[in-house]
Amino acid sequence: MEFSRRETLALGLGAAVVTVMPFSVNAAADDVIATFTGGADMADTGIELTAPEIAENGNTVPVAVSAPGASAIILIATGNPTPGVAQFNFGPLAASQSASTRIRLAGTQDIVAIAQMADGSFAKASATVKVTIGGCGG
Amino acid sequence: MASGVKPRVKVPKTAAAGDAITIKSLISHKMESGQRKDKEGNLIPRSIINRFTVEFNGKSVLDMAMEPAISTNPYVQFEALVPEAGDFVFTWYDDDGSVYDTTKSIAIG
Repeated sequence: MEFSRRETLALGLGAAVVTVMPFSVNAAADDVIATFTGGADMADTGIELTAPEIAENGNTVPVAVSAPGASAIILIATGNPTPGVAQFNFGPLAASQSASTRIRLAGTQDIVAIAQMADGSFAKASATVKVTIGGCGG
Repeated sequence: MASGVKPRVKVPKTAAAGDAITIKSLISHKMESGQRKDKEGNLIPRSIINRFTVEFNGKSVLDMAMEPAISTNPYVQFEALVPEAGDFVFTWYDDDGSVYDTTKSIAIG
């Protein structure tokens, strides 16, 4: 089988598209992050995300976030059909900038927490959770 | 209106002035994600609580936006400062426009 110049180019283009594909899976999650941070840089310290390594039931996965000095914390499940999970806005009477809740995870994935500090900077933490049974019904 | 919605909140009865207390809140709600299908394969429409707020004597403690990824019977635990005696007001906002609320008083002692 012989390739003309045109066919070879088309083939190369196709391969390039296939390579880029995996990134588009997380595009929705990136959109949520970009909306929250406005594309600002994120520090790796100052926020703590507590989640189980293995969750047997994806319907109720306990997670806790804590970021001293934060005004808001956003929680994102990168592998969910709707990546946004929750946004906590702390008021003046919050004793600590921490909260815990229970979330649904569609499958094994990374969850990300981003805090907006009082001075306007951002901090990010992430954790991988292995999910045995997904929590999206079906 | 979702049926069987019942808020439950655990707040200590008394605290010292300026103390930090832990509050646990839960509301029974099915939190239909809009992803599931019924027996005929039709999508079950989304029906969730999308916002939860806590105020103490009119000052904000927590304002939380919820997405479909929050589990059935949304449970939230957090900490609040108690500068004086007063009332905690917990409010949940449903997708269908319903608003559920409950109030807990706390005394200094």
